[in-house]
Amino acid sequence: MLEIAHISKDFGGLKALKEITFHVKEKQIYGLIGPNGAGKTTLFNLITGFLPATHGSIQFLGNELTGLKAHKIAKLGIARTFQNIRLFGTMTVKENILVAQNIRARSGVTSLVQFFSSKERELQEKADDLLKRMGLWEKRKEQSLSLAYGEQRRLEIARALALEPRLLLLDEPAAGMNEAETEDLLGRISEIRNTGKAVFLIEHDMNVVMGICDYISVLNFGELIAEGTPDEIQASEAVIEAYLGREEE
Amino acid sequence: MSVYTQGVIALMGVNILMALSVYAIVMADQVSLGNAGFMAIGAYTSAYLSVKLGIPIFPALLIGALAASFIGLLIGVPLLRLSGLYFVMGTFGFGEVVRTFFMVFEPTGGAYGFRGPVGATLPMIYGWVLVLIVLFWLLSRSRLGRSLDALRDDAEVASSIGLNVTLLKLGVFWLGSFTAGIAGGLYAHYMFYIESGNFHILVSAIAILCVILGGMYTFWGALLGGVIFSILPEVLRFMGGWRLSVYGSVLVLMMIFRPSGIISRQMVRNTGEWVGGIFRKASS
Repeated sequence: MLEIAHISKDFGGLKALKEITFHVKEKQIYGLIGPNGAGKTTLFNLITGFLPATHGSIQFLGNELTGLKAHKIAKLGIARTFQNIRLFGTMTVKENILVAQNIRARSGVTSLVQFFSSKERELQEKADDLLKRMGLWEKRKEQSLSLAYGEQRRLEIARALALEPRLLLLDEPAAGMNEAETEDLLGRISEIRNTGKAVFLIEHDMNVVMGICDYISVLNFGELIAEGTPDEIQASEAVIEAYLGREEE
Repeated sequence: MSVYTQGVIALMGVNILMALSVYAIVMADQVSLGNAGFMAIGAYTSAYLSVKLGIPIFPALLIGALAASFIGLLIGVPLLRLSGLYFVMGTFGFGEVVRTFFMVFEPTGGAYGFRGPVGATLPMIYGWVLVLIVLFWLLSRSRLGRSLDALRDDAEVASSIGLNVTLLKLGVFWLGSFTAGIAGGLYAHYMFYIESGNFHILVSAIAILCVILGGMYTFWGALLGGVIFSILPEVLRFMGGWRLSVYGSVLVLMMIFRPSGIISRQMVRNTGEWVGGIFRKASS
């Protein structure tokens, strides 16, 4: 569903991404791993329209994404989270969800005089369901930034899901989490896939992704150095070299 | 009521509208230093229509405000690409262009000013204040209002959840310039006489101060700021020449002890729940 073809990104003289090509399929959990600074987040920013690509093409369900504005890409069905959590800080937990429903709701000037429509009630219920599923229901009235770190991560994912996307991009979802929290999170990601969505996640910690990804690509210094199933990746010499360095002969 | 008191109350209405016009644009995280320019367009257009063409005051006001907001859209497209200080400078430049334009534009009197618009009464001024407050109140509780909150919290994330940030910014810029246009029309028709000096940069600056003092995160703040900035100079009048120094000192102290303004979102929320509780008790 997401086809990335020959994508390159230069920042001045620095080639952050070089001729990247790969596909993410429907209902797949796709992992993109690589050391810090390999260009993973840059690729996310290209997909979501935060940065323009230098050249190459990104297609999503047959739509060309390069050149589209971020909000149009979100409407096509791609939602994302951020490496450093970015919640709406002045809002409560539930408001963070409600605002993300706005592309599916009447949210223009007519929303000023629309309080009790059945559509609105339905959206409120959907928001409540989502909060319950993500274990945030009890906290719904709290300020978003007063949540614990792990809860903030979950809320950010919940906010992305409120867009009802076809593809969810997660930027280092397990960063800063302890083992129990990571375990819990991975379970939730599998559940998201089971609702028919594709998940594309970035991670620099290999152990996190090995368990849940169907397919993995490895990025190093802006180049794809390996791709395959988790088993293939674990056996790949190029990957071991990128992470651990070459063994002296 | 003495004519003097009436005058203070009337100008308070105009000040509240000007503060709301600044607040509208603040909702999109931008500070406009050019709202006196929109006020001038609303004032001169409506005054010209009612004096020279004999159009009744209500349609004249409305056309004046629509003219102001149309110009708002025209300059909004290039200006809203700027952010922070650059936007402030851009709107400042716009305000000065408008003021100096009316200083030399002969059909509306040029430097002599424009005489003759009449008919703005206190109920009319406060009718408009009420209409706009209801509008801002509805906006603050709507999905559209929440989209604006998102834009203000983090514009980049707002676009990642599908919000058209440019359109939202343009929308509130329209609302802000419309509101300032109404304020200008009412001002002209209350004062019977306008000149370009009435729309000095200081008018824009005071409208911004109203919002900062009253509270940047709710329209109630703009309302309160408008009231305070209208009454404080009168209350301090007994101090004679020292008045303006005290006025300035109050501002400095305010910024030190409550930089986010008097009214916060949390206060509005708590008050709302308190009032709701009273109603529930009364009905049960």
